[in-house]
Amino acid sequence: MTLEVDDLRVYYRTLKGDVQALDGVSFPLRDGEILGLAGESGCGKTTLGKALIRLDGRMKHVGGSVTLDGQVLPIGDDAKMNPYRFKHVSLIPQYSMSAMNPTRKIGRMVRELLESRREKLDLDELHNRLDLVELPKDVLGKYPIELSGGMKQRMVMVISTLLNPSLLIADEITSALDVSTQKAVVTTLKGFRDRGFVKSMIFITHDISLTNQLADTIMVMYAGKLAEKAPASTVVNAPKHPYTQLLISSLPEVGVRYADKRLTGIPGNPPSLLKPEPGCRFRDRCPLAFEKCAEDPPPVEVEKDHVVACWKAA
Amino acid sequence: MKTEALYFAIRNTKLLVGAGIILVLLGIGVIGPFFIDKPPTEYVGMQMQPPGGEFWLGTNTFGQDLWAQFVHGLRTTFLVGALGGGIAAVIGMVVGFLAGYKGGWIDEILNMLTNIVLVLPTLAVLFILNAYIGVRSAGMQALFIGLTQWPWAARSIRAQTFSLRGRDFVDLARLSGVGSGRIIMREIAPNMSSYLLLTFILLFGGSILIASSLDFIGLGPTDAVSLGLMLQQAHQWSAMHLGLWWWFVPPGAGITLIVGALYVANVGLDEVFNPKLREL
Amino acid sequence: MLKLDGVTKVYRIGAFGGQTMTAVDDAGFEIKPGEVVSLIGESGSGKSTIGKMVLRLLPPTSGTISIDGRDVRGIGRRDYYRKVQGVFQDPFSSYNPVFKADRVFAMIREVYFRGVPDKEWTAKIEAALDAVRLSPAAVLNKFPHQLSGGQLQRLLIARALLLDIEYLVADEIISMLDASTRIDVLNLLADLKQRGLGVLFITHDLALGNYISERTVVLHKGRIVEYGPTDAVFEQPEHAYTKKLLASVPQLHTKWEDAS
Ligand SMILES: Nc1ncnc2c1ncn2[C@@H]1O[C@H](COP(=O)(O)OP(=O)(O)OP(=O)(O)O)[C@@H](O)[C@H]1O
Ligand SMILES: Nc1ncnc2c1ncn2[C@@H]1O[C@H](COP(=O)(O)OP(=O)(O)O)[C@@H](O)[C@H]1O
Ligand code: SF4
Ligand SMILES: [Mg+2]
Ligand SMILES: [Mg+2]
Repeated sequence: MTLEVDDLRVYYRTLKGDVQALDGVSFPLRDGEILGLAGESGCGKTTLGKALIRLDGRMKHVGGSVTLDGQVLPIGDDAKMNPYRFKHVSLIPQYSMSAMNPTRKIGRMVRELLESRREKLDLDELHNRLDLVELPKDVLGKYPIELSGGMKQRMVMVISTLLNPSLLIADEITSALDVSTQKAVVTTLKGFRDRGFVKSMIFITHDISLTNQLADTIMVMYAGKLAEKAPASTVVNAPKHPYTQLLISSLPEVGVRYADKRLTGIPGNPPSLLKPEPGCRFRDRCPLAFEKCAEDPPPVEVEKDHVVACWKAA
Repeated sequence: MKTEALYFAIRNTKLLVGAGIILVLLGIGVIGPFFIDKPPTEYVGMQMQPPGGEFWLGTNTFGQDLWAQFVHGLRTTFLVGALGGGIAAVIGMVVGFLAGYKGGWIDEILNMLTNIVLVLPTLAVLFILNAYIGVRSAGMQALFIGLTQWPWAARSIRAQTFSLRGRDFVDLARLSGVGSGRIIMREIAPNMSSYLLLTFILLFGGSILIASSLDFIGLGPTDAVSLGLMLQQAHQWSAMHLGLWWWFVPPGAGITLIVGALYVANVGLDEVFNPKLREL
Repeated sequence: MLKLDGVTKVYRIGAFGGQTMTAVDDAGFEIKPGEVVSLIGESGSGKSTIGKMVLRLLPPTSGTISIDGRDVRGIGRRDYYRKVQGVFQDPFSSYNPVFKADRVFAMIREVYFRGVPDKEWTAKIEAALDAVRLSPAAVLNKFPHQLSGGQLQRLLIARALLLDIEYLVADEIISMLDASTRIDVLNLLADLKQRGLGVLFITHDLALGNYISERTVVLHKGRIVEYGPTDAVFEQPEHAYTKKLLASVPQLHTKWEDAS
């Protein structure tokens, strides 16, 4: 077991009170497993990803624990987390492409990063990996703006996995890319896992069709909580949570045409995470809601490896 | 958004302290002169009086009231600062907005102009102008400072405008049939309002410093008293040797306080506007 | 009919505009009222450049764009924007963050509907919001960051509808949206075409284009490599590039490995 997340709660402090962005999420991640994390914008995907590596100034660790390779991560303590970053857990943040320092050549950036981790640069290995993602060696002498979006994204991937972390978290790294570049990036990520550059991975996106190409397991979140988690094919073909079902049926698939089959979205919006009302957070939009939904549905393992948090499914 | 800024503003000690000092000094400079019936250059009494009940800040070697000079000096100094900073800010904004928004050859010409003014040896120009025109009023001083200080403001405003111009809402305004001038004033400028305020504050403080140094090297106004002029006279008549600390300490402290307080307020404002710098 | 004829765009790049780069090369196609034409290609293929030229935000280097046979350069901008409007990719960048979102309506009113009394204007806005299925209470008088991406994009479409437009340029308008909101906006476009609107639907995802469009234009490095009825392009792509784009679309029930 690479990772064990137990009842993790991370809130944002704001003037109006705490935003309960991650409210009691538990899941395991096996060695070699790729977990796809999906859900609507604002459901807490980025918050979960960040909670495993670095809490920003407004986030606070309210409860729960994270265990990586048998060690409990001190996620609430920024300084104590430092030795773990890059070496044990690495994050490719949302919008990381535009976050690269524009005034540094890429090669220098890599060297400085490794120095800050007190690691030596293995140039051969770096060249190998550039080869693998089909980037020419001379990118190291270029500035970030000279690279296209897809090239930047692959470069960030190489950099963040250079020290072979156990866990790689990739947050929406494909959303700004076109379909053919998306495919190249996703294929590369899979290659990283197969070659053992990273042991396991959390791949965050709201595009379920894309996650399904890569992930072994898909976890769907809704409004700061786990809605459903199951092997990828189960989530896609036999989802049990009403939210997952609606989400899957709203996807325009290849070959589906408006004139033949009009797809529908999910009406309504997710609830505010500032003092959310008790009970199932999907209640307002759920077609199956009944009285019991005023209570919080606990995640239940309905069959092996298939966890659902819904009164109707359990 | 607005109320949030206010929330942080009234809790930001740097801003409160800085603004407080400025307001007190400004108050003295604006209201003070009304309570002093004689002109500040009049010889009112005993020479070289230390601060006391009659002359709050004492008198100088000529028997002029230093409190009266300080109060009038504050007023001039603020005036030159506001005028010089204001002129520089307006030119900087016009040039920066136009260059950044229009791009192309307009940008290239304005850029050239900016660079020329930037490398201009201002002091030499001032000496020459002074020799030929010979007008030395506080207004002229402010005008000169304004005309030479705008380039850096223009540059940073240009850069910001340039990046805002690429945002979709600008294109959308164009699609609504809105003209360039209005787009600059109503779409782009409001997005930089906090930045423009900060720029003005820095220009304001900068103008005060420059005016004071001009005064000190003898290029000050001949028709007014300013803090810089007080310093220059104290220096010229060896106030230091004579131990007349009350002649040079108040104007020196006044200039330092104004510029320092402006700077502190500026840092505070930056924290108020920039959520990343806020301490919660 | 909106028609592009031999449209080319050459950008000047480099320090003094010394180098050039041809972003769109001799593009020609047309959009009829009541049909959706999808413009498909990888990023950098020149899609947005075409969209911006149609919206007259960029002048073509050569070639003509005409509407009902009239060269658009002969039409005053204000008149032109009554007929042709656009919505862009990033809903958050489309709104001025310091103002409330419904200012996009006020801007239109200031230019086009000065004399219209408040009451009539409110009714007009309500009708436009109704057409994009937004409730006025939910979206009016709010700042952009208080609204979701899908709401923002629909507001922009409503804004365009206020002008009784004939053509809409939709540049990747759903690529930044959530899966569950995407389909709503897509359906909305499809409904609008039934009201006679011609839509240029720009996307990199063939499956989305296929869902709503009658005809498809495939763009590769600024050149049109395929142009025809969507069915034909989709079922029997002729160009290798089109095939590659099609094969890259992630499908829900088929994995890439199995497909090839
Ligand atoms: N700095 C912050 N301060 C306050 N609330 C925040 C902050 N960052 C995020 N939130 C809130 O926390 C919740 C979860 O946000 P998060 O960024 O994790 O969403 P996400 O699932 O990654 O969404 P997306 O798909 O848009 O990236 C949202 O309700 C969001 O508004
Ligand atoms: N303002 C510009 N100046 C120079 N080159 C540009 C400009 N805008 C776009 N380009 C270039 O033109 C090509 C086409 O861009 P674009 O139309 O944005 O493509 P797409 O929308 O298909 O991604 C790209 O190579 C891009 O780098
Ligand atoms: S618990 Fe109730 S409201 Fe929640 S998803 Fe299940 S049925 Fe719907
Ligand atoms: Mg996110
Ligand atoms: Mg584009």
